[in-house]
Amino acid sequence: MENKGVMIFAEVTDGKLSPITRELLGAGRKLANDLGEELSAIIAGSGVVSTAAKIAAGVTDKVYVVDDPLLKDYCTEAYAAVVEKVCQIAHPRILLMGHTTIGSDLAPRAAFRMGTAAKTDCIALDIDDMNKQLLVTKPIFGGNALAVFTMETFPQVATIRVKSMTTQAVESTGKGEIIEVALGLDPAAVKTTVLQKVVAENEGVKLEDASVIITGGRGMGGPEGFKQLEELAKLLKGAVGASRPACDNGWVKDIMQIGLTGKIVSPDVYIAVAVSGTTQHLAGCSGARNIIAINKDPDANIFTEARFGVVGDWKKVLPGFEAEVKKLMGK
Amino acid sequence: MKMIVCVKQVLDPEAPPTKFKIDPNAYNVLMPSDAAPVLSPFDEQAVEAALRIKDANGGTISVISLGANLQRDVVKKPLSMGADELILLEDPAYVDGDSWSTGYALAAAIKKLGQFDLIFCGRQAADSDSGQVGAAIAEILGLTQVTVARKVEVMDGKVRVERVTADGYETIEAALPALITVSNELGEPRYATIKGIIEAKRKEPIVWKPGDIGLDTFKIGAAGSRTRMVKVYQPVHVSKCEMVAGANEEDAGKNLAKKMAEARLL
Ligand SMILES: Cc1cc2nc3c(=O)[nH]c(=O)nc-3n(C[C@H](O)[C@H](O)[C@H](O)COP(=O)(O)OP(=O)(O)OC[C@H]3O[C@@H](n4cnc5c(N)ncnc54)[C@H](O)[C@@H]3O)c2cc1C
Ligand SMILES: Nc1ncnc2c1ncn2[C@@H]1O[C@H](COP(=O)(O)O)[C@@H](O)[C@H]1O
Repeated sequence: MENKGVMIFAEVTDGKLSPITRELLGAGRKLANDLGEELSAIIAGSGVVSTAAKIAAGVTDKVYVVDDPLLKDYCTEAYAAVVEKVCQIAHPRILLMGHTTIGSDLAPRAAFRMGTAAKTDCIALDIDDMNKQLLVTKPIFGGNALAVFTMETFPQVATIRVKSMTTQAVESTGKGEIIEVALGLDPAAVKTTVLQKVVAENEGVKLEDASVIITGGRGMGGPEGFKQLEELAKLLKGAVGASRPACDNGWVKDIMQIGLTGKIVSPDVYIAVAVSGTTQHLAGCSGARNIIAINKDPDANIFTEARFGVVGDWKKVLPGFEAEVKKLMGK
Repeated sequence: MKMIVCVKQVLDPEAPPTKFKIDPNAYNVLMPSDAAPVLSPFDEQAVEAALRIKDANGGTISVISLGANLQRDVVKKPLSMGADELILLEDPAYVDGDSWSTGYALAAAIKKLGQFDLIFCGRQAADSDSGQVGAAIAEILGLTQVTVARKVEVMDGKVRVERVTADGYETIEAALPALITVSNELGEPRYATIKGIIEAKRKEPIVWKPGDIGLDTFKIGAAGSRTRMVKVYQPVHVSKCEMVAGANEEDAGKNLAKKMAEARLL
């Protein structure tokens, strides 16, 4: 049977569509329009029917729902079985997922199970006019190069980097159809048990939502420096981030890591303090509208991405900066 | 515990970005920078995860690496850290594959090794940045997979994994055998000991050609790939940075605040 249409894998957090799902819907609709084919969504979990209805009424033509108490917690094998089953029914040409905790784990496994292939962490999607093949752009070598790939088997599976697709306002078709798929999942297919979920709370503004982020790198030298960044962040109503070495050294929590294997952020202002600006770090912050760099090394790579830069020791630059900010804010 | 760790030799990902070059004429060939190759960093952490279980529960660790021109001092590093044997899938037919054809060959080697309890991979290789080979091996061998681990323990015949999530972690339990991919949150890999380095020098890797593990060359490497690179290029960065100075560093900090205020960034 011929593979047709674009399908997205929807993720739900706290009963709401997660931000990546909105990005996927926008990107998926564009590809579907380019192809002149349908956009569908797959949603799986326990108690997800009402969220599915929202997606259906929104921008999709069809929503495949797999609602099963066994799907309450994510388990790779069980979810791969869901994806396989729905694709057997729908035969999509393209299947998109978010490059998230779930999507990055599920997409390759589901793709291989279906005898096809995936590309992960893609930042652009296009259709080849010649043969209707999906072309994905993906950073490789930590972002030192960009590669365009195509998959020669169907469905063509890709995971999309968070915040890489602009969330366009998705016009409602209002005609989306909900199709409930009975999977008849064997409890034995749930191979993993989630014993506990630990949320490392961060006080104040969430990194993902912050409009100002102050990030400290290895050059902060220890946890004390980060206290100063905290103070500044409070003043600017922003959040504190970190490069990987600052996390690996235990100066700050792991969840504060920005970059290729950390969080992807896109604030208005990103102040990088004592961060050298490796491609792996920039992968997480190059979406910022303005990067400000403070570094004692005039040749640090971070300056090539910055709008304003100061060459100097943060221990001396930051006090002046903070005093002036307070003055300008009338504090 | 019988454990297997898959490690990949890559160009040093920590080499300065300016050193990184692509040959524009060769279309999709990546030119090695003059930086020496290293083990992909997450793979060293995968070795460390296996060593910690060996310390706690006992067992053996077999390391497998696939590629061409594998530098012995690079791929022997896990041996000097405490792994027991090294298997190399070294042949031109193995290389230039995608995640699927690479995983396919690694799975065939693992089958030949026989019974095992745990397979470890890195969360992603530092060159492909893909994070898929582990899933390919798990799918072919029908294994439970848990990705992006920050802690791995074996107790009561089960594996307990702390898996990194966007806002913390979750603890997952699975039966053995299983495949785990490891992330940097696990902690620093240990240093090689002098004794380990001497032993590693003496140990010769076992080299398996495709025929040794029952593989047809059209199913591996570039020939066995399901994906194709259409284009590769280096993003160009035009630096537009305005440097802000001052009478001294503190003054430069003040001037930065003023500049930002002018640009409505405060
Ligand atoms: C596959 C892979 C994934 C990775 N993922 C990530 C990721 O998600 N996020 C991430 O950050 N990294 C990641 N890394 C690591 C990355 O390669 C770098 O090691 C890391 O980004 C460097 O962090 P840094 O800039 O803080 O440290 P360094 O590169 O050591 O830079 C420190 C900087 O501080 C400056 N400095 C020192 N002292 C002072 C001072 N007193 N005042 C002012 N400046 C000072 C120095 O000039 C230098 O530029 C990854 C690596 C790999 C291989
Ligand atoms: N050529 C290889 N030899 C051995 N292991 C590999 C190879 N390629 C990938 N792997 C393993 O699979 C992981 C993920 O690789 P990738 O899917 O390419 O990101 C790596 O961290 C390694 O553990």
